[in-house]
Amino acid sequence: MTFRMTALVHGRLDADFTVAPGETVAVLGPNGAGKSTLLAVAAGLLKPDAGSARLGDKVLFERDGGKHGWVPPRWVPPHLRGVALLAQEALLFPHLSVLDNVAFAPRTAGQSRAESRETARRWLAEVDALDLAARRPGQLSGGQAQRVAVARALAAEPELLLLDEPMAALDIHGAPQLRRVLKRVLAGRSAVIVTHEVLDALMLADRIVVLEGGRIVEEGPVREVLGRPRSAFAAGLAGLNLLAGTVTAEGLLVSGFGGLSGTALSGMFDGEAAAGEPGVAAFPPSAVSVFPELPHGSPRNCLPVVITELEPHAGGIRVRAGELAADITPAASAELGLEPGMAVFFVVKSAEVQVYGA
Amino acid sequence: MTPSLRASRDASPNASPDGGGHGYSGVPRWLYLPAAVGALFVMLPLVAMLAKVNWGQFIPLVTSAASLDALGLSLRTSAASTVVCLVFGVPLAMVLARRPFRGQRLLRAFVLLPLVLPPVVGGIALLYTFGRQGLLGKTLELAGIQIAFSTTAVVLAQAFVALPFLVVSLEGALRTAGNRYETVAATLGAGPTTVLRRVTLPLVMPGLASGAVLSFARSLGEFGATLTFAGSLQGVTRTLPLEIYLQREADADAAVALSLLLVAVAVAVVGLSYRKPGRQVAA
Repeated sequence: MTFRMTALVHGRLDADFTVAPGETVAVLGPNGAGKSTLLAVAAGLLKPDAGSARLGDKVLFERDGGKHGWVPPRWVPPHLRGVALLAQEALLFPHLSVLDNVAFAPRTAGQSRAESRETARRWLAEVDALDLAARRPGQLSGGQAQRVAVARALAAEPELLLLDEPMAALDIHGAPQLRRVLKRVLAGRSAVIVTHEVLDALMLADRIVVLEGGRIVEEGPVREVLGRPRSAFAAGLAGLNLLAGTVTAEGLLVSGFGGLSGTALSGMFDGEAAAGEPGVAAFPPSAVSVFPELPHGSPRNCLPVVITELEPHAGGIRVRAGELAADITPAASAELGLEPGMAVFFVVKSAEVQVYGA
Repeated sequence: MTPSLRASRDASPNASPDGGGHGYSGVPRWLYLPAAVGALFVMLPLVAMLAKVNWGQFIPLVTSAASLDALGLSLRTSAASTVVCLVFGVPLAMVLARRPFRGQRLLRAFVLLPLVLPPVVGGIALLYTFGRQGLLGKTLELAGIQIAFSTTAVVLAQAFVALPFLVVSLEGALRTAGNRYETVAATLGAGPTTVLRRVTLPLVMPGLASGAVLSFARSLGEFGATLTFAGSLQGVTRTLPLEIYLQREADADAAVALSLLLVAVAVAVVGLSYRKPGRQVAA
């Protein structure tokens, strides 16, 4: 069943969003990008100022916001949408046992007590939590509670499952286990997962949507977005440096990155990128060398930058200069005497720079 | 003035009444003196009354026909007024706690008014509403319903003064519980009525119970509004407090014995609402 939504919430969200049948979409973006707002509107917890949404052929809401003449606004309340929402916290009903928590939706849907408990057992087994059935929510660890919450949401047989950072509140043991469970249960199910972790997107999602300032800045299949990021946020997720500008015959003419504006980069063209069109150049921090002075010789890209931060990174040092990063060894860092505020050159071979259309 | 007798379940970590460890308490030593005076001020009158009880005559005094009539009437009307408070107070608390609307503060102020209003004023107000010449009374009279100076009037007077106790208690519990569980329940397919029945009310049950107990206790002690609006007719409107007041003139021993009875009921009620909640209301 296809979920299709256009929603405008003034100052928070302005997005066109689609989930294909059986598809899991990961929504990523910085804090305050409107990710949770998107879920709240889809679940019916927040009325948008304008827009419309359909799940299959069922209209969830329709408000024209006064744009195209008057259409009577329609709005289906949350309990009639067939959309379940799983939040950061499990929010298991504290007055019910684990089993009755999971049986809540089937019971509400009209099953008898015995039937609903049978259904609940099935879903608990699905999330490896059948042994917790008799417990009270207060007796569960965070990871256990969240798995039970997944079972409770699935027991509602939602046509669309929304997950709002389900792993965020879990410890290092709980998160991987829940991720495994989700991988299993989300297969073939229409779902939206809001997350900060690129790993969630890799493991669970078919498609990535990057939200920034309430707008979708990038979307596509996971491999496409992480392999060829076009937004700064996606590049950060993919662990790549990203510069935007205009495609040239050799590479890219950088525009709008402070002191780097106007720098000409040479690089390898990836796919079709016509000169004169907007494009981006991406390169991994590991391919960047740091020089105190402009090096001579081989045709390489030299970017004059000012170091903003030094931080430990996977056994080495990550040198940050604004939005760019270079990974070097601690020995190299010590030899160069790097410290924040220092002006240096980031040098990267053309062969390491991928240029493609934005 | 918050008539909440709910046991403080967020007791400070220092206080460990169940034993085990003594943290820093931060109570200045001199504070114990006025605290002790305060405690004595509450307890001494009860002791004085106990000292006055004519124990030899206690049983006959509290089992006289007039006493039993008054006690029975008090228990029946207080139970009825508690039901009235629940029927109207629960929706009122829900409306006040869950959805902001214009005039909400004003409505809350009016609902709480009986807490600070002298009960006799409440009685007069009720009289001019439901009395023979009252706002609604005239219409009710035409329909053959007379409320003033009947047992119904007793229940109304009690409900009038007791309703705020239930509303305040429950509104607090509802706000503490928040609406996150209700939201989850809605996305699981439960309509508003199902959510109320299966999530909201069970979650605030401790607050609801203590509110009901407080309402019952306030109803039991009602005097001023009852006397004004319902009068004092034995077996019909003369509740225990009225009987005590009446007996005080005629037979002081009987008044003291009945007072003790009322104290016993009050202690039982407070004990009930102070009981440690078995279940935590998740914040």
